[in-house]
Amino acid sequence: MSLFEVRNLSKKFGGLNVTNDVSISLNPGDRIALIGPNGAGKTTFVNLVTGHIRPDAGVVMIAGQDVTRLSPRARVHAGLVRSFQVTRLFPEMSPEEHVAMAILQRMGKVEKAFGDYRSMPEVMAETAEILGILNLTPIARSRVSGIAYGQQRLLEIGLAMALRPKVLLLDEPAAGVPSSDTVLIERALDRLPPDLAVLMIEHDMDFVFRFAQRVVVLAAGTVIFDGTPAQVAADPQVREAYLGSYAE
Amino acid sequence: MQTILSIGADALAYGMVLFVISIGLSVTMGLMKVVNLAHGAFAMIGGYVASYVTQQMGLHFAVGTVAAVLFCVVLAFPMERLLFRRIYGAPELIQVLMTIGITFIIIGIANWLMGPTLKTIALPDSLRGPVDIGFRTIAAHKIFAAAVGGAVALGLWYLIERTSFGIKLRASVDDTAMAGALGIRTKIVYSVSFAIAIGLAALGGVVGAQLLPIEPYYALHYMVTFLVVVSVGGAGSIPGALVACLLLGAVKTTGSYLWPEFGNFFFYLAVIAIVSVFPNGLMGRAK
Amino acid sequence: MSNDAKTMTIWQRGLRSDLIACLLIGLIAVICFYAMPSGLSLLTRIIAIMLLVLSIDLVTGYGGVATLGHAALFGAGAYAAGIAAAKFGITDPLLMLLIGTIAGAIAGFLSSLVILRGHGLSQLVLSIAVIMLAREAANKFSTWTGGSDGLSGIAPSPLLGMWRFDLWGKTSYWLAVILLLVVFLILRQIVRSPFGMLVKAIRQDPIRVSAMGAPVYWTLVKMYVISGAVAGLGGALSAVATKVVGLDALSFELSAEAVVMLVLGGTANLFGAMIGTTVFIWFEHLVSSVNPFHWLTIVGVLLVTVVLFAPRGLTGIADQLRDKFGKGGAK
Repeated sequence: MSLFEVRNLSKKFGGLNVTNDVSISLNPGDRIALIGPNGAGKTTFVNLVTGHIRPDAGVVMIAGQDVTRLSPRARVHAGLVRSFQVTRLFPEMSPEEHVAMAILQRMGKVEKAFGDYRSMPEVMAETAEILGILNLTPIARSRVSGIAYGQQRLLEIGLAMALRPKVLLLDEPAAGVPSSDTVLIERALDRLPPDLAVLMIEHDMDFVFRFAQRVVVLAAGTVIFDGTPAQVAADPQVREAYLGSYAE
Repeated sequence: MQTILSIGADALAYGMVLFVISIGLSVTMGLMKVVNLAHGAFAMIGGYVASYVTQQMGLHFAVGTVAAVLFCVVLAFPMERLLFRRIYGAPELIQVLMTIGITFIIIGIANWLMGPTLKTIALPDSLRGPVDIGFRTIAAHKIFAAAVGGAVALGLWYLIERTSFGIKLRASVDDTAMAGALGIRTKIVYSVSFAIAIGLAALGGVVGAQLLPIEPYYALHYMVTFLVVVSVGGAGSIPGALVACLLLGAVKTTGSYLWPEFGNFFFYLAVIAIVSVFPNGLMGRAK
Repeated sequence: MSNDAKTMTIWQRGLRSDLIACLLIGLIAVICFYAMPSGLSLLTRIIAIMLLVLSIDLVTGYGGVATLGHAALFGAGAYAAGIAAAKFGITDPLLMLLIGTIAGAIAGFLSSLVILRGHGLSQLVLSIAVIMLAREAANKFSTWTGGSDGLSGIAPSPLLGMWRFDLWGKTSYWLAVILLLVVFLILRQIVRSPFGMLVKAIRQDPIRVSAMGAPVYWTLVKMYVISGAVAGLGGALSAVATKVVGLDALSFELSAEAVVMLVLGGTANLFGAMIGTTVFIWFEHLVSSVNPFHWLTIVGVLLVTVVLFAPRGLTGIADQLRDKFGKGGAK
């Protein structure tokens, strides 16, 4: 049984098949990239998986549990965490507060109305560790609105790490980051726990080839390829999908 | 049956007055995303101007109406430029505070200039008497108000759907940045729409003065009513505002006919029910 | 034993600064007591409204909920305490305060279910509808509430059986000061706690919060209940101190004015709520005795000025000055 499985997922918007019978499965430790030309339905796929949109048909399973009917929040509790393509952070809070809040949430202490996270040694130790891995320690107490975009992207990953998911959905983790800084993102991704299953949506092919053991290609809502990075470039259907979209 | 028709006639007149005043508010809210609580204050100013022109200067009602609308339109341009433009897109609470502030200032000035008493507008003879409409008689000014409401609805529909200004307006509502990129001068569209909205408020203030009497606290008394109409109808939607006005007019009139004690109670209960079920209004667009 | 600053936890250090703030507030209260012995009822009223403004700060300043109907919670507390005393003979002042607090919390829970259904404009309109509905209800059920005449016949017995509520309002004043200090300490704890942090995060991006797996809706409902308890306590305090409850406790005007006080002082730091209330009511007291319409004009000008030039309120100005001179001093 796989850790994360999507079976025959379908969604129509006004007669248009945005997601058409998509099936993907991940095992612990998998590093899989989901790619596809613009309009292939990647964003819809993410929203279907995280529960922000209801599918017309199909099943989403996390660790053997059917989560198709569950709320986005319940899926987080089942072990599925996502990052956002456009950074969504709390501009008035510090990186330390972000990570601490995620840790408190994981520990079930986020609704405690008494005490201060800074006097909880276990929370502080883990926060410091995560910020250290991401090289964010020097700006741990600055306002997020004032830190560099690349650092905000790193913090997105930090939030995901703090939640300790079983499955991590990374929505274009390097989007908007200057190419000189993508190496920082890659280095952070290398430090993710080895048994975590990661599904990454990404445009940058070099990045995809360095990161992924397996590549899934989505075009017009359908999976047209599922194989190793070495095979993908040679696949005629994939070439057709990409070149076709450029030819238009 | 008699009662139902009777209520219907009054509800129509009341609803149409609400419509003329609040449609401008709906447009500014849909377009500029401004919760303008001072909107009713402009209706009040219109009422005062018409009252002054017809009573103190002794001119005809039509002159008073035109003067009221023109006065408010002229007032609208500098106010939009200096005050309202600063709060486009600001959080609702900030907009509410600023526009309540403007309302308070206008109330203070109105009281200082015109005194705290109720002001009337001299109607021409043709609008004064009762008119027999078959099953009952109804005041002529109520029919006039309903007719003006209908004319405003049609006129706005024509302006927005059929003219080039309407195209620019709709483009700016849909996507301000894109409209700007296409060469539409959105700031001018904003200014003009704001002025039209204020002009309509003034018109409504004059036409509705028999139903919503003009006094300094007018701007505060009906502030909530106008806001409710826009919220129930959906900001920016003309048919939505029309439906909301007729519906709320019906609820209010029916309530005060049948249970005069609890008229307002049912009104706000209806508001809570409608807005809870349709947070974007009956015909509003989802964000 | 561990009074040494080095061994103090951050939590203890926070508590220490709160206690210092409390001492300061207490000191100001003592000075006011001796400086204006004839103004104690005004000061007590300021504190009661302060509790309302603090409670708005919780949901609006921290939670980002737009409300113009918060006086419903204040009025619920005032009427509950007043009815308990006038109709059920519960005249123990502390019991009255407790009843008001509970009524406020219940009102907070119920109104949150309505108000949180909307966003932005619809939220504002729902909150206005709530206060209007509450007012109409209080007006119509006059057997219980006294209707537009107000509820009278509230005669609180001596506080703890020892201090009578005297003509000068000394007992009410000290009771109010102590309540304010207790509420302030508790609220400081809450806004610094993980729960407080969560509420602040929800104001900034609720979708992000739910993507982290934390509850958004129920967190705000809880904050509303806490806020309702504080507002209800304020209402009950005004019932105990003035011995009457009028419909103005349940008005849109009071709701709007309280929001003005909050923004004037500055949101999301509790101090702003207290400073804004004091400045506003004091000012109102001075000007409205001359002419109520002048007062309205001045509030109008004040509002426009604050929005245009100091959107973060008086405490925001203080912060900016501190930043400016703090940096200047370091260089």
